[in-house]
Parts: sequence; structure tokens; C-alpha cells
Amino acid sequence: MSELNITPGVELRDAERELHHFRLRLGIASTFVLVMFGLLFARFLYLQIFMHDHYHTLAEANRISILPIVPNRGIIVDRNGVVLATNYSAYTLEITPSKIESLDATIAELETLVEITARDKRRFKKLLEESKRFESLPIRTRLTDEEIARFAANRYRFPGVDVRARLFREYPQGELFSHVIGHIGRVSQKDLDRLESEERLSNYRGTDYIGKTGLEYSYEDHLHGTTGVEQVEVDSGGRAVRSLSRTSPISGSNLVLKLDARLQEVVYRAFGERRGALVAIEPATGGVLAFVSKPGFDPNLFVDGIDQENWNELNNSPDKPMVNRAMNGTYPPGSTFKPFMALAALFTGKRTPSQAISDPGYYNHGGHHFRDDKVGGHGIVDMYKSIVVSCDTYYYQLANDLGIDAISRFMGHLGFGARTGIDIAGESTGVLPSREWKMRRFKQKWYSGETISIGIGQGYNSYTPLQLAAATATLANDGVMFRPHIVNYVEDVHKRERTPIEPKPWRTLDVKREHIAIVRNALVGVNREGTGARAFAGTPYTHAGKTGTAQVIGMKAGEKYVESRVAERLRDHALFIAYAPADKPTIALAVIVENSGFGARAAAPIARQVFDYWLLGKEPAKPAKDEDDAPSH
Amino acid sequence: MHPAIRRVARFFGGHLDQPLLGAVTLLMITGLLVLYSASNGSLARVSSQVLNMMVALGVMWIFANTAPHYLMRLAVPVYVIGLTMLLGVAFFGQIVNGARRWLDLGVTRIQPSEIMKIAVPLMLAWYFDRYEATLRLKNYVIAAVLLVVPVFLIARQPDLGTAVLIFAGGCYVIFLAGLSWRVIAGLALAGAASLPVVWSVLHDYQRQRVLTLLDPAKDPLGAGYHTIQSTIAVGSGGIAGKGWLSGSQTHLDFIPERTTDFIFAVFSEEFGLIGNGMLLILFLLVIARAAAITANAPTLFARLLGGAITLTFFTYAFVNMGMVSGILPVVGVPLPLISYGGTSLVTICLGFGILMSIHTHKKLVQS
Repeated sequence: MSELNITPGVELRDAERELHHFRLRLGIASTFVLVMFGLLFARFLYLQIFMHDHYHTLAEANRISILPIVPNRGIIVDRNGVVLATNYSAYTLEITPSKIESLDATIAELETLVEITARDKRRFKKLLEESKRFESLPIRTRLTDEEIARFAANRYRFPGVDVRARLFREYPQGELFSHVIGHIGRVSQKDLDRLESEERLSNYRGTDYIGKTGLEYSYEDHLHGTTGVEQVEVDSGGRAVRSLSRTSPISGSNLVLKLDARLQEVVYRAFGERRGALVAIEPATGGVLAFVSKPGFDPNLFVDGIDQENWNELNNSPDKPMVNRAMNGTYPPGSTFKPFMALAALFTGKRTPSQAISDPGYYNHGGHHFRDDKVGGHGIVDMYKSIVVSCDTYYYQLANDLGIDAISRFMGHLGFGARTGIDIAGESTGVLPSREWKMRRFKQKWYSGETISIGIGQGYNSYTPLQLAAATATLANDGVMFRPHIVNYVEDVHKRERTPIEPKPWRTLDVKREHIAIVRNALVGVNREGTGARAFAGTPYTHAGKTGTAQVIGMKAGEKYVESRVAERLRDHALFIAYAPADKPTIALAVIVENSGFGARAAAPIARQVFDYWLLGKEPAKPAKDEDDAPSH
Repeated sequence: MHPAIRRVARFFGGHLDQPLLGAVTLLMITGLLVLYSASNGSLARVSSQVLNMMVALGVMWIFANTAPHYLMRLAVPVYVIGLTMLLGVAFFGQIVNGARRWLDLGVTRIQPSEIMKIAVPLMLAWYFDRYEATLRLKNYVIAAVLLVVPVFLIARQPDLGTAVLIFAGGCYVIFLAGLSWRVIAGLALAGAASLPVVWSVLHDYQRQRVLTLLDPAKDPLGAGYHTIQSTIAVGSGGIAGKGWLSGSQTHLDFIPERTTDFIFAVFSEEFGLIGNGMLLILFLLVIARAAAITANAPTLFARLLGGAITLTFFTYAFVNMGMVSGILPVVGVPLPLISYGGTSLVTICLGFGILMSIHTHKKLVQS
């Protein structure tokens, strides 16, 4: 540094010059500040003096407020007009938190006038957490006339609290339709973001509720309607004094379902306390007649915000009532897979109906014994018998002969392992095993041994009851496939227009009619002389079916499954697929009863009650009882 | 006065500059009054802002009691940490409202751009001070790089408001450090020539804001809505205003974000031109006192840092009032000491704390 050579005097002068320079620059900057503030002030002068009249008029004109008028949400009825979702108008007591100093004190005060239960408070607390503070939130719904009068007299004490008339959604059938109709709920931030990205936000101004699950969600566009607009003059306090113009809202369309509420109830009762799912489809149209997932829950809990306690109970229950088992539960189909395997055999020409095997009671593949359920085997087994007695050995061998590629290709055509396209969002795909799937899922190649148990609907097979029902309906409809649909038509209440949903077939399976007839004949045999005979004894109509059992835990070789030794939740699932009448089916179904053992025992009796009601109008008095016949599947 | 009391008073007040503190307090009180009206009389909102102010004043006190040479030591580490976090935001940041501004540190989320508001001027002041004796053009170029890198990262988030503020703050330091007039003139020309390039890198919504400024009526329900409504509020205020708690624009919900970025519209509507004039004077008082402290600062570091703080404060106020009255595009800049919100309040008071420290530690440095 050069400092050492410089005399102190020089350095001081330098520092002073530096300071002088700096102050000069600071002075320039200060002038800049003054000029800019001067500019601002000039702008204020311009706006507030020269343009004041103009803006004053504009501000006055701003006293015209544009208010949205929320349309009535469309109602939902079953095929016979039974109401499944409707609206009722009720007075609610509402609080705007931002206008209130102490919420607790206000609520305590209100309690002296209006009954507020602990549940109301919990629900309000949850709403509070989910909403913005300037929103008006209901603390009590369905006020009585007396309560309204009492509050009105004391209203002056409660700024920020108001009585409002609101439309509420009601599900009169309660939990019966929880997984079909779904429910609405308050519009969340996520909903708002979605609506904004779809440019539908303006239609939701003033709307508090939106479909969250089930049909309420997937038909939201139809159900919601078009929001109306009212121009009103407001006073200085923002209250409307006069209506200037009004565009009426257009109510949402109604949904008329294929579903039959009575049938749904029959199914529900047939299940009793057991868990499971049943999907019944009209084969000729793909219309869903019953769609049950047990247990359900009361969707009314969600309408004006569920409280924490109920929410936890639903969420933490080991029975998982919130899971839609019918389309999100995936299960191995067990022996109900065999008719489809037989069809695959006929389609590919790997088997003729009369080609028979001799069943020793096991199938040997590479030194490993795949056991049949019947010790000693079923003797000589052709295709008909293989279905009627549910012979495993026949299908072990068949699976091996077909190979995994042919199986997964054919089952894919039948709709296994793919969304059926039902009109409820969120359906699961299940798993249709294939080489590609295994590589994707496990990064492993397919072993030929794994193909064997695929043949009897075990192994990696995993499908939704809905897929199983749809495949059964396809079989019952001679290969003509429909996308299953719950809604029959959407009814525009203004134009009285009906828009049918899915009236045309989706596609036709490339399988010969006579091949389907062979399999269908065997299914009739199952209920006449095979594993389903006991449950269907003495019916005045014809029917066809196939039992199945889905393993929850694997059994080691040589180990025997003994139900009483297995914990309840690890017991096998009972399955049954069926349709009736056998020659011209009007109903096809798939039913699964969780942890109930053999399909013939737990699931077939439920199908019987459904058919009895659908074809004979007979309503069962009691839940379907398990058939105590010998273990067979 | 009892000696003990005097000692306590000296401990708490010893490093606080009374004129500056007085002007700041007046602005804060004004802010609370407007906030009460803007929030429709929400005491909860007001008391939460009072709490913010307490915290901010606490931070001010701490920095007023921290001698400037400690700050010098912090300059490089704070800048490096801030820049690292900005890079972290660019790669791992959380997206909120379409902008990547937040960094999740596990325990808490922070906005690193807020740190840079102090870190950038601190770093530049430290840099110029270090090379004080041998300042050449090269040093200004390096300083410009130190400034442009974080500004670029913040503008990319995108957070144009903060980027503009930090860029302005850095430019003030470089200007005060004595960048030659010839270079300034050259840059001004080059800047004007490169406007088309800048336009092409702006985000759509940023362009929209500029276009909307030129013609707010083009998008009355979208981007232009803020400007139209706030201009109506200011204009309809007239000379004397509509009176406290009586602004119709405010109370009929026409002004968006009226407790935060657009609180000046509320003030303007209710207190009119007279109120606006007084508010400008209050701001000028703060700026004048801050400039006086800066002018008498003992070291180049203190002078540059003080100047940057003073002029950034001015920029905040000018950009906010300019945007509300419709002469600047809508960028998210709060009105300093008035708008609701703790972050900017703390940043600003931290700056004033530094100024007070510069002023009250002067004698120590000189002796």
C-alpha cells in the first residue's frame, strides 16, 4: 500500500475530498427523491382535484353491486323415481369470523338463544380451519321458527352473525348409496384452483358446495347449473336496497339412474353385518342395477362439513367404510375366473369341449405339485365338468398350455385389468398379470411356474368386483360389451330434454357364439348340479353362476386350510358370479363377501336373494344365511 | 432522575436515534389507523400488526446496538448463504401461487429473496470499502456482477417486485461509490436500446401488467381491476378525503388486497390530498434524517450502506404509491411501515437499526 509514503496531511485532504464527492452524490440522489415525490404529488393533484368529479362519479357508480344467484342443484332419483339426493331449504345461523372479536364469547352468547350442540361446535371449528375468515360459516342449520324469532329480536347484539336461507343437500337413503351417489362438500382451495384452470370459476361465484365423490363429483357439470346475476344498488353499508336487473339462474339437470333403490336395499340387507361388494348389471344395456360396497357411511355427515370425531371414526375404522370396494377393492377372482379361462381355451383352439383329462388331484409342473382341492381328484374331467365341479387340475394344465401371453391378451379383451369406464370417477384398474406388467412392477422376468395358478384365478390376478360383473354381463350378453353406467339419462329441467348415457354397445367380443354357449351351458350346470346347486335349490326361474374363493394368505405345500385356525381378517374371500334367467338374462352380477370362506356358502345365497327380488319381487326378511354344505369352491 | 433509571434509559435508548425513531413511530401509528379501517374494524388484525411492530422495533434495537464493524464481518457470509439459498430455491423451491419463492428448511419455510434485500447492499458496501483506496472500473464491474446474479435469480422465480427493489438498492450503492458519469451515461443509452430484449424475457403475466398499466380498461375484471379500482379510490378521495372509516370503495370491498399492497388506496380515499401530502412529508422526514446520518457517516462502508438503506426505503414508498395511483405497474411491493405484514416491517426496521448504529457508534470509531 502506498499509504506509508503519503504524509498525514495529504491523506486527510484526500479523505475530505472523498467525503465531499460522496455528499455531492448523496445530494444528487436526494434531489432525485424530491423530484419523484413531486411527481407523485402531481399525480395526486391530478387525480384528486382535476379528475375528482370523474372519479367521484365512478365511486358512486360502484355502489351498484353485482351479486351471483346460486342455481338449484339437480336432484338424483333411481329408475322408479325414488329420491336419492335432493335439496331442502332451511334457515341457518351463520358467523363471519373476520367481523367478530371473540368467537368463543359470541358462540357462548348465541347458545342462550339457540341450541348449539357439541357436534355443531366441532363442525364449525373444522370449517373455520378450512375457510377464509371473511366467509360466512354456518354454526347451526335447520333453525326452528321460534329460534329465528328469538335471534331476530336480539340481532343488534351480534354484529357479524346472520340468519340466512340456504339450500342444503340431503341424501334420504343415508348410507345405502354412499359409494354411488357420493356427496358434496364445501368448495376447497383445490377445487377453486381446478375450476380456475378449467375457466369455470365464474359459474361458481356464490356457490359454497361442490361434488366431492361419486356421481355428485362425476356429474358435477350437469348437476350444478348456471349461476344467475342480480345487479343491486347498495347503501353505504353495502346492504342491497334495490334490485336493478336480474338474470335468473338455470337449475342443474336431474339425474335418473339405472339403479333400483329397492334392489340396492335388498342387497344391503342380504349382506347383513358382513363386508364386501356387489355389482349387478343389466346385460343388454350395461346399466348398473345395484352397486353396493359394505360397510357404507352416512353421506349426510359431509354435507355441511363433517366434524373431527366422525371423520376420525370413519377414517380409522378397520372396516374401512370409506373405501369403495366395488370399484377400488381389488381381489383375486378365484374360481370365478375359470369360465373365462374356458372361453379363452375355445377361442384359441387349445381345447375342445369334449377333450378330457384324468385328474389325479394335482398338477405337476417342474417337480412342483399344484394341488386340487379334492384329494384324489375328480376323475375324468371335460370342459363342462371342469366348470361344474370347479376342477383346479384342468385349469392348471390349461393355463400352462395357453401360456401367460395368450391369457393376458384374451382377458384384456374381456376388460380385466382395465377401467370399465363406469360413470363414477376414480375406478381402480386392478392387475392383469403379463410379462410386461411384471417387468414394470418387479423388474423381473416371468416364470412359467407363475402361469399355473393364474389359471384358477389366483397368483397375481387382482380385479375389482365391477370388472368381474362387467365380464359376467358380457358373457350373459353373448359377447356384446357395454360400458357399465349408473345414470340412465340426464334430464334438463328447463327444456325437458333427456340425454341418455351410453345407449350404444361399446364393442363386441371377437368370440364365436357357440363357444359362449358352451361356457354358458356349463354355468347353468353349476347352479343345477354343481357348487352353486345348494343355494339355488327350488327356484322357479333359470339361472347360471360360478362360485369362487379368493385366498387372503398363501398355504404352504401340504398344509391344509382350516378356517377355524385362521384369524378372521385373514380368512378367504367368498365370490360368486351369476346371471338370470339363463337363456335371456336381465341381470348379471358379481358378489364378494370378505373373509367368509367358500363362495358357495356365503356369496351364492346373496345372489339368490337378489334374483328372487329382481325376477319374482320377493323381498327377503332376513340377511342371506351361509349355506352349511361341504367345503367346495 | 434517579441514576439507576438513567442507566436503564441509556441501556435501552442509548443507541436509538430519536428523530428517526419518532418519524418511524408516527408512520406506524398512521399505519395502524388505516389498517383498522381497511380491515373493517378488525381488532384482531390490528393487534397482530402491533405484535409485528414490536418484533420489528426489537430487531431495530438489536441492530442499533450492534457496531458497524460487526456487520462488516457478516457481509460475505450472509451474502454467500443468501445466494446459496436462492440457488436452492431455483432447484428445490416450493411453488406457491405459480412462483418458486419459498425454501423448505424442514423446520420452517423461508423466502431467501427477503434476506438478499439486506445482504446485497451489505456485500457491495463491504466490497467497495475493502478496495476503497484503489477503486477502478474493474471493481465496479465486479460489484455489478455481485448485484446482477441474485437479482436475476429472484426475477426468475418470478418475483419482479423484490428483484426491482434489490436491483435499485445495489445501483444506489454503485452510484454513491462514485461510478463515473461517463459510464452512467453509456449505461443509460445501452439500457434504452436493450428494452426490446428485456421485453422478450419477461413472463406473460409481467408483460400483462405493463400492458395493463398503459390501458387498464383492456382487462377490467382481470389484471386491470386492481389499478382501476385503486385509482377510483384515490381520485374520489378529493382534497379532504371521505373521512376515516368512511371510504365507500374500501368498505364495499372494491379494493383488492386493501390491508397489504393496496392499503395506500384506503388511506388516500379516506384522507384525501391533504392526507397524502402529510404522508409524503412524513416519508420525507424519515428520508431526510436517514440521509443526514448517511452524510455524516465515518467510513465508506457506513456511508454506502446507509445510503442504500435510505434510498431503498424511498424506492419502496415511491413504487407502492406509484402503483396504487396508476403510474407504475402492479408489482408486489408493500407501503413501508403502513402495509399489513411482518416481513417487510422487520426488514425495514432492521435497516433503520443499522442507520442508528452508524450514527451512535460514530464517536467510538473516531476516537
